[in-house]
Amino acid sequence: MSRRFNTLNLLIAGVIAALALIPVYSALSGYPFLLSLFTRILILAMAAVTLNLIMGFGGMVSFGHAAYLGIGGYAVGILAKEGFNSGFLQWPVAVAASALFALAIGALSLRTRGVYFIMITLAFTQMIYYVAIGLDRYGGDDGMTIYRRSQFGGLINLSNRTVFYYLCLVLLLGTVYLVYRIVNSRFGLVIQGSRSNDRRMRAIGFPPYRYKLVCFVIGGALCGLAGALLANHTDFISPALMHWTRSGDLLVMSVLGGMGSVFGPVIGAVALLMLEETLSGLTEYWQIIIGPLFLLVVLFARGGIAGMLVGEHRG
Amino acid sequence: MRKALLATAALLIITASPAMPQQKTIKIGFISTFSGPVAAIGNDMRNSFELGLDHNGRKLGGLPVEVIYEDDLFKPEVGVQKTQKLIESDKVDFVVGYIWSNVLLASLKPLVDSQTFTIVTNAGASQLAGELCSPFVFSTSWNNDQTPQAVGLYMNQKGVKSAFLIGPNYAAGKDMLEGVAATFKGQIVGRELTRWPDQLDFSAELSKARAAKPEAIFAFYPGGAGIQFITQYVQSGLKGQIPLYTAFTIDELSLPRLKDLALGIPGAQEWVNDLPNEANKKFVADYKAKYKSSPSFYGAQTYDAVGLIDSALKAVNNDMSKKEDLRKALEKADFKSVRGSFKFGPNHIPIQNFYLQDVVKQGDDYVLKTVATIVENDQDKHFQNCHMK
Amino acid sequence: MLYFIEQSLNGVQLGMLLFLLAAGLTLIFGIMDLVNLAHGSLYMLGAYFAATFAAMTGSFIAGALLALIATLLVGMAVEVIAMRRLYGRDHLDHVLGTFGLILFFNELVRLIWGPAGMTLALPSEMLTAVQVLPGVYFPLYRLVIIVSTLAVALLLYVLVMRTRIGMLIRAGASNREMVGALGINIKLLYTLVFGLGAVLAGFAGLMQAPILTVQIGMGENILILAFVVIIIGGIGSIRGAFVAAMLVGLIDTVGRAFLPDLMRLFLSANAASTAGPAFSSMLIYMLTAGILVFRPEGLFPAATR
Repeated sequence: MSRRFNTLNLLIAGVIAALALIPVYSALSGYPFLLSLFTRILILAMAAVTLNLIMGFGGMVSFGHAAYLGIGGYAVGILAKEGFNSGFLQWPVAVAASALFALAIGALSLRTRGVYFIMITLAFTQMIYYVAIGLDRYGGDDGMTIYRRSQFGGLINLSNRTVFYYLCLVLLLGTVYLVYRIVNSRFGLVIQGSRSNDRRMRAIGFPPYRYKLVCFVIGGALCGLAGALLANHTDFISPALMHWTRSGDLLVMSVLGGMGSVFGPVIGAVALLMLEETLSGLTEYWQIIIGPLFLLVVLFARGGIAGMLVGEHRG
Repeated sequence: MRKALLATAALLIITASPAMPQQKTIKIGFISTFSGPVAAIGNDMRNSFELGLDHNGRKLGGLPVEVIYEDDLFKPEVGVQKTQKLIESDKVDFVVGYIWSNVLLASLKPLVDSQTFTIVTNAGASQLAGELCSPFVFSTSWNNDQTPQAVGLYMNQKGVKSAFLIGPNYAAGKDMLEGVAATFKGQIVGRELTRWPDQLDFSAELSKARAAKPEAIFAFYPGGAGIQFITQYVQSGLKGQIPLYTAFTIDELSLPRLKDLALGIPGAQEWVNDLPNEANKKFVADYKAKYKSSPSFYGAQTYDAVGLIDSALKAVNNDMSKKEDLRKALEKADFKSVRGSFKFGPNHIPIQNFYLQDVVKQGDDYVLKTVATIVENDQDKHFQNCHMK
Repeated sequence: MLYFIEQSLNGVQLGMLLFLLAAGLTLIFGIMDLVNLAHGSLYMLGAYFAATFAAMTGSFIAGALLALIATLLVGMAVEVIAMRRLYGRDHLDHVLGTFGLILFFNELVRLIWGPAGMTLALPSEMLTAVQVLPGVYFPLYRLVIIVSTLAVALLLYVLVMRTRIGMLIRAGASNREMVGALGINIKLLYTLVFGLGAVLAGFAGLMQAPILTVQIGMGENILILAFVVIIIGGIGSIRGAFVAAMLVGLIDTVGRAFLPDLMRLFLSANAASTAGPAFSSMLIYMLTAGILVFRPEGLFPAATR
């Protein structure tokens, strides 16, 4: 099939190449801030990709995905504050904690569906948000500075901006690949089948609840890793990371980029955050177009950017 | 595309010209809050800074100035991002501002790591005066517990035997209540920290205060929250029953809105509009003429930053690379402050007087009038924890 | 004990504001099956309009009335322009689309009114407290909020239960096509219902303005609580919204007041002050999660759905 060389795949290749060259461009042009900006884009793109796994493919619209960014971040932050700076401890804890929370939240939430599911994920996120605010020792609402980034012995130095950037890029691409494999596996087919028709899946012999739960946990766990990266990037964590409006931001990236495509959210994240940077230089009020633009995408271009390029329409 | 062209051009220019130690302009990054109900504070600070630059011929150290204003949206996580942007993207020479202690604390690491000279013109987090002090960070305001300590002393003078303390639950709020508790000799019958910044409904806390039957209530609520608190305090009928003592709750910004509500409620400050020195008279008069309103202590502190930076730059002949000399020049603080004489403690926090102000009506206007000097040459209590002794 | 009563009154007052928001939300959700996240934006607009008109006319009441009219018009315009296209679609589309509207309205307000927010001053007669019971003082204005909201609740009940329009609304909820087939202009009906919801939200916004705030993004925080209320109360049920609103208002206020003291038994004063209010907020969400898992139709499920 000539699918290999269609517009979307070309764009994907282009974006990956461009992302790989950012540190070079940043160093040459003397704009170190670009590196910082794109590191952030990479991390949020990773979070959006994990959201899309459960939402775009699994049909589970979670307004609480940002919670895992926070859980991952706080795992790093709390351990750092207590003197455990080793990344070999922090990052697995971040992933494991997120997986556990996802398991607990998913187990309860997946007993509901539709808008109730959306609302209950929202409720759980708010709960976690308030727990974080209540953690007086770890800054509470004021947040907490992380004085040392995760240490990996002599293996890799995260304080080196360029090294950290490439690590994030590798992890992002790894996540994309993982999601791609999941979606195209038998497991993934069951998930997508459940999204369209639960009853049919059950009739064939696949209990949707169990499959969806596993999918939900994987999504949460990977997002926790993104959270650990984010904490290292900003050297700071606060409960604001987990507010439901931040989940909304991730949703916007996914939908804009294209929910039907694994790489779509990356495109969405790059597009959205680049727009934010360039437009805010031009006018203070740029956000006024994002809202209606988003509404238009929802109404008429559900496939997002990726969808438009492939000529796909999602129902 | 444009960025790429600019970048290439810049690259050519940089490689073409020899490295010059001389600056062409002084770039200042200014972080404050310009949105939400506390925008009035940010605007006052900006106005005062601009006025200071006007008085200085739009120059600092004799060089033209460029100021980049950034809004921290009242959030620590935004503040740290904007700080990083100012340091890395705009490459400013000085960072000035910070209203909120929590925003400042979140932003400290990038400032200190990049060795950027910072003049904090309001936030008074105790950690800054103590263990987190840095040779690069200076404050033209105070330490959070100094002002409430002065209020505590005043309450002792007034013979108050019991008090109920209310404040917002963030770094400064906690510091304020600690400050009162440190000097107040009476009994503290209650201490309430409210959710900040979104809780503006103090009905629950005021009810609690009423139930505890203290002789006085102390409150700290800056900006718009102060207006809400005073309004609700009066509304609940507590005014006239239990007197209120405040710090940073009633100021020249909130007074025009509070009007009668604020009459007779005392507060302490380190700067008052009727200080008799020449610099202050000029500042207040010119501010009123230009902006048609009175400056507040936020503005006065920011205005002083201009003088401080200017004096230091002149001392090192604008050579920003001489960091040690610049630091020493800043520590000397050889400028005419609106507070009269000005000197820093070893931890770069000012040693200064605190005055008591009361709200009085003069004709149709409501003004803050200095009633007494509560304490002279007060030094904060945290300098012992600072490594710069 | 008296203190407890005073706090309970505070809780009831909060509940009243929540009811106003929840009533509109539940009507729109129950009748048009529309999840409207932008409801908080209408609440915000009500407050901004009121502050502006009150400043222009010099009267709180005139400002409030004009604000209600303005919010009604904006609500109906939003329904015609945007909401219509969302009917019948997936709830996800509603959520995403109306989230976009939240972003839009926040920026629009910033464009028109600037970032600083506004204030709405109370008429000075309101600045006193009333002794509702011996030893229990309650601010007059908050009493006004409670009373006026009760009046609105009563009006709403009469409207929905005893008037022709109300009957049409209830019928439209049960069977849209039939009502349309009977010659009723269902489109107009929906616009009116949405407008009604907008007015309720705007009323809540302007009533809380003098004691709380008028600023950008003020809708987001309270929107969540409003959704919590309609889930606990049961979607489509105004009676449920009322009961749930009271419940949530009381839990939040009383929790905020008493939990820190309770926690001080276990934790340090500072930690208790931080953890107390956080925990009381959590209580509400725990209740929501519980209802969603064990009784998803809510406490008072609407009979029609």
